[in-house]
Parts: sequence; C-alpha cells; structure tokens
Amino acid sequence: MSAPQETEGLRLTDEEKARRARRNKAIGFGVAGLCLLFYVITVFKMGPAILSRPM
Amino acid sequence: MSDLGADIRRETLISNADPLDFLSLLKPRVMSLVVFTALVGMVLAPGVIHPVIGLIAVFAIAVGAGASGALNMWYDADIDAVMGRTAKRPIPSGRVQPGEALSFGLILSVLSVMVLGLATNWVAGGLLAFTIFFYVVIYTMGLKRRTAQNIVIGGAAGALPPVVGWAAVTGGVAIEPMILFSIIFLWTPPHFWALAIVRKDDYARAGVPMLPNVASDRNTRLQILLYSLLLIPFGIAPFFMGFGGWLYGATALVGGVMMVWWSVGILRADDEGRLKKACWSLFGGSIIYLFAVFAALLLEWAGGFAWALLRGSLA
Repeated sequence: MSAPQETEGLRLTDEEKARRARRNKAIGFGVAGLCLLFYVITVFKMGPAILSRPM
Repeated sequence: MSDLGADIRRETLISNADPLDFLSLLKPRVMSLVVFTALVGMVLAPGVIHPVIGLIAVFAIAVGAGASGALNMWYDADIDAVMGRTAKRPIPSGRVQPGEALSFGLILSVLSVMVLGLATNWVAGGLLAFTIFFYVVIYTMGLKRRTAQNIVIGGAAGALPPVVGWAAVTGGVAIEPMILFSIIFLWTPPHFWALAIVRKDDYARAGVPMLPNVASDRNTRLQILLYSLLLIPFGIAPFFMGFGGWLYGATALVGGVMMVWWSVGILRADDEGRLKKACWSLFGGSIIYLFAVFAALLLEWAGGFAWALLRGSLA
C-alpha cells in the first residue's frame, strides 16, 4: 500500500505561514494588553482602597 | 494545470491577512475624529475624572468606533467592491475574509463597551453600545441602501462621541454635549453630499441612493446650503451659552460663514469643472471647520487649565 499523497489538505506557503505568525503575535499582544488594561482600571478605580481588604 | 476547486478552497479557507489589514478595518481616519470630539466632550464636562481613566475611556470610545467601522465594511463589502474609493478596502480586495471582519468587529464592540462601562459608568457604556448599534444596524443595514436621507439620519452615530465623552465624566447627558452633537449632525450632510456629487457615478454603480443620485442637481445644492446655514447658529451657540469663549466664537462664526461661502460656490457652479472644484473645497473645508471648532474648545479649556495651575502655584 502506498503512502498517502502529500497533496491532501492545504499546505501553507512560507508567506502564508509568516502572515499567520504575525497575526498570532498581534492576538497575543492584544490579549496581554487587555489584561494590563483591566489591571490598570482596577488600580486607578480603587486607588488606595485596593490595599484595604478584610483578612 | 491548476485545479480551480483547490484554488477557490485555498482562497476561502486560508486567511492571507496581515495584522495591519485588521487595523485598516477600523477606519483610522474616522477614528481620529472620534477621539478628538470625544476628548472635547470629556474635558468640557463638569466634574473630575482621573487622567488615566480618561485616557482609557477615550481609547474605548475609539475602539468602539473602529469596531462599528469593521462591521460596516463587513456588511458593505459588496458595494465597496464596485466603488473606486473603497475597492481597495481589506474585504473587497480579498485580504480579509468577511467572517474574520465580522468576528473582529463583534469582539471589539463587546470589549469596548465593557471597558468603557467598567472604567467609567454604564450610561457612557450604554451610549457607546447605542452608537455602534445605530451606525451598524440603523445606518448601514437599514438606511444606506434605502433612502437619500441615509447620511442625514445616520450622521447621529458620528455625532454621538462628544456625548459619550461627557457621559463618561458626569454619568449623564446635558444640553452642552447635545449642542456639540447638533454641530456634527448638521455638518455631516454638506460634508458627505459634496463628496457624493463628485462620486455620483460610483454611488450609482453601487446602487446607493445618495441625494445627488435621486434628487435634482438644484435640490441637492440647495439642501447643502440649507444645512450650512443651519450650522451657523448651532456653531456659535456654545459661545452664547457660555461654554465657548471668544476664540471659539470667532472660529465658529468665521468657519460657519466659510461653510456657507463654499456651499454658495456649489450652488452657483455652472459647469462640471467648477462644480467639482467647489465640491472639493467644501469637502476639504468642512473637515478643517470641524477640526477648528473642536480645537478651539480644547485650546480654551487647556488655557483655562494652565491658568488655574499657574494661579494655584503662585498663591
């Protein structure tokens, strides 16, 4: 029995792979930025009160 | 020999988009005007907002506006493809798949409203959500292809950012931001109709019933003049209401007269060449007008702020 043909499925060209990598990086930065944004909002909304929590 | 089926599959399955293509889905130039007008609404509002929270609010409003731009490009990809001005946009040019633009726009809409609501208050968040809804559902899906009043009513979406900015600080709406709303609202028809006269063939090909395509030339030109005339009293209203100073009053008056002057130029143009020139004058001039009146408000505020700081440090 012969091995499956390499043409099955779509193979990305180098350019397509590079663009996918750039998109992934952008999503990564976007998610990290969103986390940072929520952190900053929390700190500046709560101010010093952020430290006073019931133990 | 190429396999057409495989080619089509490849085109529809593999995204060829660069992150910058997604950025251009946000209509950065429209976003810059939104940022500017929202910022003015925010600084004029009575009350205090932490500068960092203020910056985050402006950012959220800008992203919300960008998201509505992306959803607009998703829905309008078919007409964008046949118009020279828009044919190179990411979806008609094939760089971004419609589904990608839809998800991108929806995700950013939800996130921008959430961030604004959490960072400031839910009146501002709700107003931003309404702005996005109005632009995408009421204007893009409802009015744009159906009525010549499309940009008149749809202009409300573009006019809301200063109201959202004001609400971010105060948690409510007042007459002052509504005056700023009216200025942008009345400014929109002459601005877009000047462009629509020049791009009449484009709009006809796309089947978008802009006023110059469905009304007589004279009717269109008269309506441009009418809105420009209405803009004068609304433009100088902030001066008489006390939230615009002399610099603002002078800018709005001179700018308003210029808008009427350019509109009269369109009304009186008696050949195609002169008409085009007059339309470009109004189109470009109207951008400068809007920028100048809002810049005047911002400058006066900055002047007052600097003066208060100086007096505080001397006292």
